[in-house]
Amino acid sequence: MTVGTKERVAAGIGESAPRPDGVAKLSGNFAYGSDLWIDGMLWGATLRSPYAHARLVELDITPAVVMSGVRAVLTQDDVPGRPTFGQVEQDQPVLCDGVARYWGEPVAIVAADDQETARAAVEAIIVEWEPLPPVTDPDQARAAGETYRDMVIRRGDADAAGSVVIEGEYETAIQDQAPLGPEAGLAIPDGSGGVDLHVTTQWIHIDHAQIIASLDMEPDDVRCHPVGIGGAFGAREDISLHIHVAMLALRTGRPVRIVYDRTESFAGHVKRHSARMRYRHEADDEGRLVKVTVDMVLDGGAYAHTSHAVLANASFFTVGPYKCDNVFVDAAVSRTNNPPAGAMRGFGAVQVCFAYESQMDRLAEALGLHPLEVRRRNALGPGDPMATSGQIVEGSLPTLRVIDELEAIPMPDAAIPDDPRRLPGGTGLTTPKDAVVRGVGFALGLKNLAFSEAFDDFSEVLLVLTPAGLEIHTAAIEVGQGLVTICEQIARTVLGIQAVAWVSADTSQIGSAGSTSASRQTQMTGGAVYEAAVGLRDKILQQFGGDELTNDGVYSGGELVATLDAVTADAPIEQWVRYRHPPTEEPDEFGQGNPHAGFVVAAHRAVVDVDPELGLVRVVQIDTAQDVGKALNPQAIVGQLEGGIAQGVGFAIMEELILEDGVILNPTFTDYLIPTLLDMPDVGSRLIEEPAHWGPFGAKGIGESPTISSTPAVVAAIRAATGRPLTRVPVRPQDIAGV
Amino acid sequence: MIVTFTINGEERSATVAGWESLLTVLRDNLGLAGSKNACEQGECGSCSVIVDGANLCSCLVMVGDCEGTTITTVEGIAHGSALHPIQQAILDEGGVQCGFCTPGFVITAAHLFAADPNPDEETMREAFSGNICRCTGYGALLRAFDRLAEDGT
Repeated sequence: MTVGTKERVAAGIGESAPRPDGVAKLSGNFAYGSDLWIDGMLWGATLRSPYAHARLVELDITPAVVMSGVRAVLTQDDVPGRPTFGQVEQDQPVLCDGVARYWGEPVAIVAADDQETARAAVEAIIVEWEPLPPVTDPDQARAAGETYRDMVIRRGDADAAGSVVIEGEYETAIQDQAPLGPEAGLAIPDGSGGVDLHVTTQWIHIDHAQIIASLDMEPDDVRCHPVGIGGAFGAREDISLHIHVAMLALRTGRPVRIVYDRTESFAGHVKRHSARMRYRHEADDEGRLVKVTVDMVLDGGAYAHTSHAVLANASFFTVGPYKCDNVFVDAAVSRTNNPPAGAMRGFGAVQVCFAYESQMDRLAEALGLHPLEVRRRNALGPGDPMATSGQIVEGSLPTLRVIDELEAIPMPDAAIPDDPRRLPGGTGLTTPKDAVVRGVGFALGLKNLAFSEAFDDFSEVLLVLTPAGLEIHTAAIEVGQGLVTICEQIARTVLGIQAVAWVSADTSQIGSAGSTSASRQTQMTGGAVYEAAVGLRDKILQQFGGDELTNDGVYSGGELVATLDAVTADAPIEQWVRYRHPPTEEPDEFGQGNPHAGFVVAAHRAVVDVDPELGLVRVVQIDTAQDVGKALNPQAIVGQLEGGIAQGVGFAIMEELILEDGVILNPTFTDYLIPTLLDMPDVGSRLIEEPAHWGPFGAKGIGESPTISSTPAVVAAIRAATGRPLTRVPVRPQDIAGV
Repeated sequence: MIVTFTINGEERSATVAGWESLLTVLRDNLGLAGSKNACEQGECGSCSVIVDGANLCSCLVMVGDCEGTTITTVEGIAHGSALHPIQQAILDEGGVQCGFCTPGFVITAAHLFAADPNPDEETMREAFSGNICRCTGYGALLRAFDRLAEDGT
């Protein structure tokens, strides 16, 4: 049976339906994790390591324990179950195991009657450290065999050679997700040994599995509830305070709340891996790639987290959306004493995109080609083998079209603006307007959709039709991206029913929806809603002998045969699904095989004005053409594209966590710079609709693409303006000014 | 100490330590959690409130200095259950994603448009430069504010 868009339903797919949580958020009434409050609760606080690498010589909690108002002080000895956690490798101690391996590593936790007392108790703990030399160089760690994973890709003929050779070394720094909402949790003991944990997360079930292991409790005795999330971008894919707050609540028998402050937040979540990448592109006289050889190291920091998968992405996307028959990659992600790295929007595809797009620009320049022309000549499309894995691209991949559509977007006014507020550096600019130079740059980026490498990736949804309308029960996490909106739109369109409500389920009520990451929820939980809605509709039509379901009820031959009230009169009608994407495979030892479920491509063009003397940049305009499969909610997509570009601009010219001996020197919003409205360019967006081979209505996940290729486009534009090589991001003023 | 002020048109008192921030007292003592704590350094604007006509980061205001002041928080912007035109414009243009910055943008917009109903784009960019949004890239917010400036509301 085919599914059509019923005219009678409003706010179905393809419309820019408003967010159901918008009014509450605009009125200050939306409850985020850090807003949770229950009378009689205790406040938690965390003692952290001041060193990146140190031996714990003495830890005396007595002075804190005896303080008035302190209810519990816990250390590693108090962890009831598995002393470590981690998504892939369980290598991170819940609390310091005698050696601190990164700056800010949790050592002890306190619960007290109020926040001031909790913080004072942390200060009162006597702790003596023996500092050890930190390993901070990922190349050094790799040479010593300290890696979480090594990847080898061997495809094609090692003796293949091109007539044009481009070699380059590139570096990307550490970017922080810096979500505005801090890490927060409230744990409430249930009085019979169990606990309800309300916590900020991107994937509540993977948290739950790690929490129960460390608490040594049965799954049903720990119920994890999603709460309102103030942004995520990867920062909440790994455990932060989850186990700590539950331990304190279980020990004290009272509700406990922990909310990180901004500096703790910087210390308390994983970051984007920094990377060093050595590239060699060989091409023929026409600019077609003959061979790409890459050696790279990512810095995984002190614990594994998702480094395995990040390295796989960096390796498989090392050539970008281009064809090449001979590809040789050696890659590693190192264990160091730098802050643990993990998921951030783009997840390994960001770092290599900066490198391969820089290489493509240099190739174009060497051959006297327009930057987009060399990309056209190499564009990867449906039916082509991936340059790295050899996997044949299935479904849509409109690489050529994103280039064409990008070029069709009008350029900004060619004149450098007169208004000093629109010049690099703003009103503080000391350079005459005549010295400001303009540049234009381009970049393309490729990303996989959903989880890869044979991971059993699924999302569960339960639909319940009642007289009041349809309920979508799921543990999928809305972090602000608009998942709730589009799932409701999908349900409305399939069922023809107007009243649809989202019911956020806890871990005891439904199975996993998987992670809100990897550009996956639109297709995965959206796909689950679609499949469940089709099943529910067919069930109802069969039961009531109809051929069409609408907001009024069941129709047969144009006649209403049962109202919705009649349909649900006896009992609610339910439909549960566990939705999976097409299976993926573990690649072989040379990285060959079918590791991915699908791909998404995007193109960016950046226009920048640069003050070459002070090294200041103003990004004038960024345009993008984005492969979306099917635009379920155009306004929400544009919001993702613009927001992702903002993070890409940030990474290009200002966002960097600066380390010294593994210590973060700028863990505040005063020193870690995030683009403001003054820094943000105008954005032109084109959405390319070529349906994906799986997922609801052919939609693709687009959350990561805008962050991947916007960064190299900005840097290419600065290069075009200044002639500087700029092999590192973020580009700093001294890189431009050459001092 | 006891501090008394007018918040969203209502006289309120709170027993506080004078060094506590206005943000903490709003959130923890007065049940007004709409103002958000994201940096506590006055950098992000998520805690913006209007105090005696000034748009301030409430994390930087000592509550002891607020005796007798008139304060507007995000909870005081809507007219009953009806959104204020500023809130409606942000909603219509898709200016809300995670929403953590949204209360601050609503307050800064209320402050800006009360003083200047027709600001130009550069004035708006400056006015909102103290409010960080990590999700939207500001495009939808700027479109909402452009609409408000055109309407002159």
